[in-house]
Amino acid sequence: MTPSTREAAARVFRDHSGRVLATLIRQLGDFDRAEDALQDALTRALETWPEAGIPDEPAAWLITTARNKAIDRLRRERNFAAKQDEIRMTVERWSPAPDAEDDSHIADDQLKLIFTACHPALSMEARVALTLRTLGGLTTREIARAFLVPEATMAQRLVRAKKKIRLAGIPYQVPDASRLPERLDGVLAVLYLIFNEGYAASAGDVLVRQDLSSEAIRLSKLVCELAPDEPEALGLTALMLLHDARRTARVSDSGELVTLEEQNRALWDKKQIFLGLTYLDRAMRLRRPRSYQLQAAISACHASAASAEATNWTRIVELYDHLWKLTSSPIVALNRAAAIGMARGPEDGLKELEQVASLGNYYLLHAARADLLRRSGRLQEAASAYDEALAHVTNDTERSYLRRRRRDLPGVH
Amino acid sequence: MQYAMLIYSDEAKEPKPGTKEFDDYMGAYFAFSDEVKKNGMFQFGNALEGVGAATTVKVRDGQTTTIDGPFAETKEQLGGLYVLECKDLDEAIEYAKRIPTAKHGSIEIRPILNFDQE
Repeated sequence: MTPSTREAAARVFRDHSGRVLATLIRQLGDFDRAEDALQDALTRALETWPEAGIPDEPAAWLITTARNKAIDRLRRERNFAAKQDEIRMTVERWSPAPDAEDDSHIADDQLKLIFTACHPALSMEARVALTLRTLGGLTTREIARAFLVPEATMAQRLVRAKKKIRLAGIPYQVPDASRLPERLDGVLAVLYLIFNEGYAASAGDVLVRQDLSSEAIRLSKLVCELAPDEPEALGLTALMLLHDARRTARVSDSGELVTLEEQNRALWDKKQIFLGLTYLDRAMRLRRPRSYQLQAAISACHASAASAEATNWTRIVELYDHLWKLTSSPIVALNRAAAIGMARGPEDGLKELEQVASLGNYYLLHAARADLLRRSGRLQEAASAYDEALAHVTNDTERSYLRRRRRDLPGVH
Repeated sequence: MQYAMLIYSDEAKEPKPGTKEFDDYMGAYFAFSDEVKKNGMFQFGNALEGVGAATTVKVRDGQTTTIDGPFAETKEQLGGLYVLECKDLDEAIEYAKRIPTAKHGSIEIRPILNFDQE
């Protein structure tokens, strides 16, 4: 196989294996069998595609091949006689014909699988791992790398999760309308966690991290198709699109974190911002604002401002007020204080910050305080606050950002 | 699949006999039991006497030790159980939610082990 064919095949696998796996899980009724079958099909593809070329419908090709491989495997298994029924049942489940595996079927299968993988009876860690493995098509090694755990630990986590699904009887279906909103919250939480894991500028493979965010966005869009009247699903999709549009601008060439204020806004992905605003608009028209929508609305204020100074900070403060009433999260209070600092002046922001007590020594609290002190010209105090923040930060990218800020304070050593 | 619904609660928080709450509570249980018997899901179910009536036994090296009280001294104690035939975990959760004690205690859902499947 030439390098270019191999590369093209790798891209096809990456793009399609999650989707193909979802369909195979439905057809075979078993996660492990589906994974084996897919693996066989991928091997077969590597053997035949270099000569025959990549098929027009690679997903359908992979499903058909995997199905045939699954039958082969079933036949090979020792107690062949006892398996006859299972083979017949499997084959029966496989009507309609494989070429009927069009995109809508495949999307359907993924939606069912997402509700299984994100079932509240699974631990959050297991949900994230299963979603990425079965829907994102990421390998166990890639997921392990993204979450900075040993591959064996991640493999064990996946095995346990699949076992729980089987033994506890977690169904493979989209919940009915009465249960949908409640179950949707859980799915959205998993997707947002995956997105943030891919977006946070902490250690780990950059490409894998980009994949995590893209997968979260793709799946979130899919959920919106299923539940077009669920504002929070739309809101989360908007939020992720708007954040992700700033991805290239938020890390400098040397790998340093660039704050929103300092970002080169020309690097922002305008098309993606527009798409994010479209989702947000659809969500807002449903008039049930909740957490993701409000966060997306805040992000939209930034995304549509030509510069940090031109940002509508008053509107951002209003949105944070609303968010604070809904969540009472200390992080929201922190961000609200910072926004007040921008809208009304740093002294007002500092006064607000004094009300945020429950964060203790969390570095962001010190970092926010340092920033407001710097803006109000109280440089010596700002330096001590940066030192406090540096004493509690754990993320390297954040640390080097804080060091730079501390270093750049004029006249302070 | 068969699921055991293990009903846990703090005995101190249970409605007291002779109160209206208690009558409502029992009424809700009778209604729930009736429903799962009529729709064929009911396999088994009963309430247990309180932990004051519990005895714990263990045998080690042929020696039997008998102790007054429950196996574990925790705030929430096993107070009763149902075994219901359910389509899947989602259906089991739907029914567990409706067991009256779920409002102040907890229901642990455990599939009955299927030896054929292992």
